[in-house]
Amino acid sequence: MTEAILKTKDLRVEYRSRELGQEMKRALKGLNLEVRRGEVYGFLGPNGAGKTTTMNVLLGFVNATAGDAWLFGVNVREPIARQRIGYLPEQTYYYKFLTAEEILRFYAKIFRIPKADVERRIDAVLKLVELEHARKRQIKTYSKGMQQRVGLAQALINDPDLLILDEPTSGLDPVGRMKVREIILRLKNEGKTVFFSSHELGEVETVCDRVAILAQGELKAEGQVAELVRLHQQPNLEQVFLKIIGYHESNDQLTRNRQAA
Amino acid sequence: MNPTTNSLGTVRLPEIAAEADRSGTLNNVFAIAGVVIKEMYRRKDFYVLFVLTALITLLMGSVTFFNQENIVRYLKEICLFLIWGASLVITITTAARQIPAEREQRTLFPLLAKPVTRNQLVIGKFLGCWLASGISLLLFYLFFGAVAGAKEHEWPVLNYFQAAVLHWFMLGIVCALTMLGSVVFDAPSSTNTIMLIVSVGILLIGRHLNKVALKLEEPAQTIVYAIYFALPHLELFDVRDLIVHNWALIPWHIWAAGLAYAVVYSAIFLALACLAFRRKAIN
Repeated sequence: MTEAILKTKDLRVEYRSRELGQEMKRALKGLNLEVRRGEVYGFLGPNGAGKTTTMNVLLGFVNATAGDAWLFGVNVREPIARQRIGYLPEQTYYYKFLTAEEILRFYAKIFRIPKADVERRIDAVLKLVELEHARKRQIKTYSKGMQQRVGLAQALINDPDLLILDEPTSGLDPVGRMKVREIILRLKNEGKTVFFSSHELGEVETVCDRVAILAQGELKAEGQVAELVRLHQQPNLEQVFLKIIGYHESNDQLTRNRQAA
Repeated sequence: MNPTTNSLGTVRLPEIAAEADRSGTLNNVFAIAGVVIKEMYRRKDFYVLFVLTALITLLMGSVTFFNQENIVRYLKEICLFLIWGASLVITITTAARQIPAEREQRTLFPLLAKPVTRNQLVIGKFLGCWLASGISLLLFYLFFGAVAGAKEHEWPVLNYFQAAVLHWFMLGIVCALTMLGSVVFDAPSSTNTIMLIVSVGILLIGRHLNKVALKLEEPAQTIVYAIYFALPHLELFDVRDLIVHNWALIPWHIWAAGLAYAVVYSAIFLALACLAFRRKAIN
């Protein structure tokens, strides 16, 4: 079997509620995941299922209450575990007073990319995300789609072996979505591992080798899309997802929706 | 899967084990500090304060009252007061917004998703703010020195050097204290207000607290004494008279001791800021 480069074992995260008398909130209840080298892994679940919490633990933003997580065999509590990953947050958050070129140079410095390679790398990622023309403009002048592409560029600056993408197509127009999808497929063909969360199930079906479905902090299903569809006897991933998270739509409602459509 | 060639070309990153070394820490700290300095010179607040101070200095430098020769001293006093005020405002407002703004604008997430520790972030921010305040101070003193020198036809460069460096190290303490405040209070506006009050308060009444303590009953006396000894005495760094009256230089060993005092206090506040930030949930 191919080596697991992202692994969690019995991962539990509990938050203390700020209100008196409230119970502890259990965001993750013993999550076990293994993502293998070279695969595109879709991380699905309804809002509040624990997807972002899992990513926060993997990126060291939040400490697990119990259990452990590793990237490339290094515990995620160690900053060096993040040396070979690229991360794209759901929304773009960058220093707006910097230009795309400057922000990439800053992150390249953090990764200690040799000076000889920096400019070549910046040129390559800006070309990939089609932002060469705007490289000297401050990020505050960018449109949302352009900012998302800067996000993708910074996630790729260190030539990562693992990409963690948090809803990478959220808020993008159809062209932007298609471009992001193309980039993910291209990275997959280059042997990169991609771990991404998304609510776009059609997109997940297209690009993912395996998916995990999370609900209420627990892993409800994991496997290849075709395998899950067959196992749950549903026509597509969307129906599998709805069935697994326990969403039942009455037949009447379904009929009404179809008629309305 | 058979991976195809990497279309972007590969990047030679340092080995994971090598990341833990000291040069990695310094690299990150300097990179973060560089962004803070860039931010300062792309914002307008510094220019506004500099232009205001420069205008007042020039205006006051150009007038002569009652043909008095020593009027220059009063002008120098007022201009140095303005420089002290402006430098405190620039340092406090720059330092106070660093970490809260990173959290508020969520730039903290992509940054901490890189091999950067929270301590490196706090130290990098401090260094950036301190260097930025140093750059602004240098500009203020150069401008002020040129105007005063042109008026007096005297160039006491070493006096300026001693006063400016002590001033800069005092700003180091203020900057570290503000970083600590910004981690504790979160909102930059409240940190700004509290730190301005604390800094000005120490400058004005810090040296008198022991005399106040003498007049108090116990346990208030012990408490005020404890505050007197625990406080960083910022007023020790206020050697404006060295420039105003062209006094003799401070003995260099005492001057160096003053700098060491500032380094110790800055390190203490910075360590506390790191500790507080490590405990902070950032999600």
